[in-house]
Amino acid sequence: MATTYTIPVGPVHVGLKEPVTAWLELDGERIVSARVRPGAIHRGIEFMARERNPIQVIYLSERICGICSFSHVLCFIRAIEDLASLSVPVRAQYIRTLVLELERIHSHLLWAGVACYTIGFDSAFHLGMQMRERVMDVLELLSGNRVNYGVATFGGVRWDVTPELAKAVRETIRYYRREFAPFREIVMEDPVAQARMRNVGVLTRDDAVRYSATGPTARASGLRVDIRQSSPYEAYADIPVEPIVPQDYFDTARGDVLDRFAVRVLEVYQALDIMEKVLDGLPEGPFLAEPNLNKVLASLKKAEGTGWGIIEAPRGDDTHIVRLKGGEDNVCWWKVRAPTYANAVSWPVMFQGNELADAPLIINSIDPCISCMERMMVTDGSNAGIVTKEDLLKRCRQKTFDLKAGKFPGGFNGFKGETKR
Amino acid sequence: MITRILPQLWRQFCSRVVTNIFPAAHMPPSLTEALSDPSSPPNPPVPVGGRFRGRLHYDRSKCIGCRLCVKVCPANATDYQAAEKKIVIHNDRCCFCAQCTEICPVKCLTMSETYMISSYARKETIVTDSGPLSAEPKA
Ligand code: SF4
Ligand code: SF4
Repeated sequence: MATTYTIPVGPVHVGLKEPVTAWLELDGERIVSARVRPGAIHRGIEFMARERNPIQVIYLSERICGICSFSHVLCFIRAIEDLASLSVPVRAQYIRTLVLELERIHSHLLWAGVACYTIGFDSAFHLGMQMRERVMDVLELLSGNRVNYGVATFGGVRWDVTPELAKAVRETIRYYRREFAPFREIVMEDPVAQARMRNVGVLTRDDAVRYSATGPTARASGLRVDIRQSSPYEAYADIPVEPIVPQDYFDTARGDVLDRFAVRVLEVYQALDIMEKVLDGLPEGPFLAEPNLNKVLASLKKAEGTGWGIIEAPRGDDTHIVRLKGGEDNVCWWKVRAPTYANAVSWPVMFQGNELADAPLIINSIDPCISCMERMMVTDGSNAGIVTKEDLLKRCRQKTFDLKAGKFPGGFNGFKGETKR
Repeated sequence: MITRILPQLWRQFCSRVVTNIFPAAHMPPSLTEALSDPSSPPNPPVPVGGRFRGRLHYDRSKCIGCRLCVKVCPANATDYQAAEKKIVIHNDRCCFCAQCTEICPVKCLTMSETYMISSYARKETIVTDSGPLSAEPKA
């Protein structure tokens, strides 16, 4: 007799930060196979972009992701700059690189903290969150905002790096060099944390290639992939970046959650080095090619073509493709491929043979961003029809009335007698 | 790893608080009463500064009604009033990107430092005129 049974983890689950469902087939506590079903948080951002001009879409793209907001903005802006052949001053390229690396630190620290929280190591979680405050403060100093910075614009950046700001960034670099080591040691040398993360959620090198993993997920499996090295953009052309892979630092790349942790921790140190080089080499000059927004808008209205932007976001490769039509104000179409989309495909492989209790850790180990990933919905068309906002409101009210009157949808008739007061 | 975490714990114990201080040390029995009690003012929020972007400040008399701010607003927060050739700003929609302040040719839009903008009445979140710039009270 078959002894497997299926349980869902998600879409709403204490261990998950964003809604995604993993249907796990279990034999006892062991996961035999898994099926991942996204689809709970599609927002239709591309559709909204078609009613907006490129300048407005900058701020829309910022809201694709709350953590790597600058990566998406920059990716979109680079796509537009690609199609309209706009040039960017060198100083602006350096500032963009600086913000990208600050964002990488902020994203990796957040992830490291949350990973500790997922394994129940709350003191390390608080330590991680406390350290993250520092980079958030610098980002606020730079842009006036803690998350959606609004720093980049077509042909440059909107705010300069002043000498005081450069000083604050340098101080932050010193702070992390000093303070980050204890956090790393507390987690990575802790026997319990090691037991929870070692050989859990393994993605072998071959599987990482087969399922096109990107970013830290791929690097933790031993693949030397990093767009900052293979196709440098902005200031990475001047600042060489070596992909961080575990086999260079430890004996071998196992591709488990601890390796993913190590890769991200080491990338924080790498980001500190890059930031230092950016500040050392920050060239003088303008930071915005064309400060007159009207001229920018007019030139984008004339522009026609398809542009690409591909960058290394903290979670992996982020790709934006944009099309503008000559003579039209608004974006014609826009395609976003967030890194989670590539990494989520490997989930079922990672789940195999692990225990149910590790499922949230495995899901979180690729640093998923489900709302960035869900870019389209497919229906079979059998219930085709348009529901307006008014309809939805009416249906919602009707449902409340029905529930109040004791009519439950789906054949469920309430708790007979016992819990009714 | 007790040897690693103990010094950290000790430092946490002695160092200053990291986050912003709560308005009150304990939840008072009545929040509204406690807030309006002049004898024990709540802990003030941390000051903002630098490039902080808060509620929009709109100098209506300077506005020339060119509608450029409406054109770049990503959140459709600026509303053009054709009759008066002026705008109003719906702060509940504004995403504080400051794009309108950059494009405005007469610079009658600026970002203030006010951030306590939630309100029970939707009308209170609409900026129609905040007067000339110097009259702006700091939050
Ligand atoms: S700050 Fe941005 S969102 Fe707010 S009104 Fe100005 S352009 Fe619109
Ligand atoms: S851009 Fe300035 S002048 Fe033009 S309508 Fe807006 S607020 Fe008025």
